Amino acid sequence: MAKSKKEDIEEVVLESGIKVKPVYGPEDIKDLDYEREIGRPGEFPFTRGIHPLMYRQRPWTMRQYSGFGSAKETNQRFKWLLEQGQTALNVAFDLPTQLGLDSDDPRAEGEVGRVGMAMDTLKDLEEAFDGIPIDRISTSLTINPVASVMLAMYLVVAEKRGVPLDQIRGTTQNDILKEYVGRGTWIFPVEPSIRLIGDMVEFCSRNVPKFNPFSVCGYHIRESGATPVQEMAYAFEIAITYIQHVLDRGLDIDDFAGRVAFNFDIHGNLWEQVAKFRAGRRLWAKIMKERFGARDPRSMTLRMIAGGGGGGLTIEEPENNIVRGAYYALISALSGTQTMALCSYDEAYTIPSKKAALISLRTMQILADEMGLCDTVDPLAGSYYIEWLTGEMEKKIVECMEKVEEMGGMIKAVESGYIQREVSHQAYLYQKRVQSGEIPKIAVNKYVTGKIEDRDIEFHPFDSKVAEEQKRRLQEVKSSRDENKVSQALSELKQTAKTNENLMPCILNAVRCYATLGEITAVFKEVFGEFKEPVGI
Amino acid sequence: MKMNEATGKRRIKVLIAKPGLDGHDRGAKVLAHAFRDAGMEVLYTGLHKTIDEIVKISLEEDVDVIGMSIYSGAHLPLSKKLMEMLRDKNLTDKLVLIGGNIPHRDMETLKNYGVDGVFSSGSELDEIVKFINERVKKKNG
Repeated sequence: MAKSKKEDIEEVVLESGIKVKPVYGPEDIKDLDYEREIGRPGEFPFTRGIHPLMYRQRPWTMRQYSGFGSAKETNQRFKWLLEQGQTALNVAFDLPTQLGLDSDDPRAEGEVGRVGMAMDTLKDLEEAFDGIPIDRISTSLTINPVASVMLAMYLVVAEKRGVPLDQIRGTTQNDILKEYVGRGTWIFPVEPSIRLIGDMVEFCSRNVPKFNPFSVCGYHIRESGATPVQEMAYAFEIAITYIQHVLDRGLDIDDFAGRVAFNFDIHGNLWEQVAKFRAGRRLWAKIMKERFGARDPRSMTLRMIAGGGGGGLTIEEPENNIVRGAYYALISALSGTQTMALCSYDEAYTIPSKKAALISLRTMQILADEMGLCDTVDPLAGSYYIEWLTGEMEKKIVECMEKVEEMGGMIKAVESGYIQREVSHQAYLYQKRVQSGEIPKIAVNKYVTGKIEDRDIEFHPFDSKVAEEQKRRLQEVKSSRDENKVSQALSELKQTAKTNENLMPCILNAVRCYATLGEITAVFKEVFGEFKEPVGI
Repeated sequence: MKMNEATGKRRIKVLIAKPGLDGHDRGAKVLAHAFRDAGMEVLYTGLHKTIDEIVKISLEEDVDVIGMSIYSGAHLPLSKKLMEMLRDKNLTDKLVLIGGNIPHRDMETLKNYGVDGVFSSGSELDEIVKFINERVKKKNG
């Protein structure tokens, strides 16, 4: 929020470039048609929420991101989180895993088990989910370019335990387009990457109907510097790209659109975020109905995880992040999210400690059980300001989407580096505005007291023995598997990758005989090649 | 060699590098913008580069400054390797900056490796620009 002197009151301009008046009244929403533009919760255009009773029926799902070191350590943290009342899991993988490298790859050195769990073969996932009721909980796998392999591993874990695939609930993040914009775990070029997503959607719609094969992440685009409007607009353009790809394969929109999920970011101005989500729900419903001809209302709903973002947290006076997290959770609840996650207070500098992760979970529980956030649906509806702002945000999102469409869509806009440049330019402007004090950040550019050096924080210890142990396990698996089966599975995978056939059955076969993630990725690299990053700033 | 149009002096050439597997490039790109605004010539390596590749680019491009941005926690081994390779290739004239998620307690270790400046997240853009201008001037005598 920018403020500059204008006459006797300060001008307020939101990050998305919308000017805010000091007072709003009925005249600001006089053209608003309640039935057409807002409607009842659970009904088109879903502005107020995607379910008729929202949290009265069931509070939001609480899902903290976790996982580190070895499968065993991760398994213990999962069990602990479930015991504390967390209702779903979100698995963090280390960077080598996210980039399809085995733990013994030279490029993985120093990174094994550092920012998440190391996953080389099915064996690791079996151990991570040992004793966890995968038929009852839903699991989010935060993995992108090699999501197809991770999905295959998760499904084989279920298969071996005798859990029918139609009972498996969960999400693979699997949003490759946003990886090229921010976050950066990409491997293959754009087209084959989208083909892998298409293969997963097709496979899941037939065999794993309760699984979300991809979750489009405005979150990381915003974290990379985008405004709230750009976050929503680019996420929608990405989702449209995947949807169009799947439609081109001959699937019907209502066969899979109900499983399209989103992941959004919360930090910054409270009202702007709430309006962003209300506008987003309305616009998405219209896009699905009018552009894609969806008939099933479920296909028109914007289902989302909306989490307190790391971008709003500060390394200065980290305890303030607990307070920020609580406000972000409040925004998330006022915005009608389905799932909530919060970056922990120490996340600006380390993997969340157990204490910080618990505070995040408790924040959400306090909100749900003590503060009345579940009492009534979309309590801000009807506010002159919120309804006006929802309309303004929608207009801005549409304008931003039109720019991308004029360039020929998201694939072109990402391959040319346009989106990356827009976002990094925005990040630079934001940084300058923070440093000039135009955007206030408490204890950073306003009310600054302590020195950064004084902070007393608990770091997640990194144990290099984890890597050694992981490499040993990998060797053990490799020496006990049937090499003939593995090489046959990999060669079938390679042949199929060269055709247009769905790759999932071949990936499942390779995983079943303990082919490693690195081996499967190497086959894809050989057939697909690698992404060439546009590095112009 | 490119000249600064305003001052007629040689422009400082900076390589912004992202080593290893970490994909957090917001800080790197913000600095690229800031350095360019400050009149420097800026090159960005892109993601997932090995230290060998970074040293090779800095040699080929004859840069004055190498700024390496690391958020994964692997800053100590990566910086150590960079400094060793620069020494091996006789490239000790380069000004080396490390940025990202760097805990205070590691700053001394990095300086002992021979790193010239450490700027953790939250550092002022102007402060980094000033540091480069002063130190490059000093190095060039």
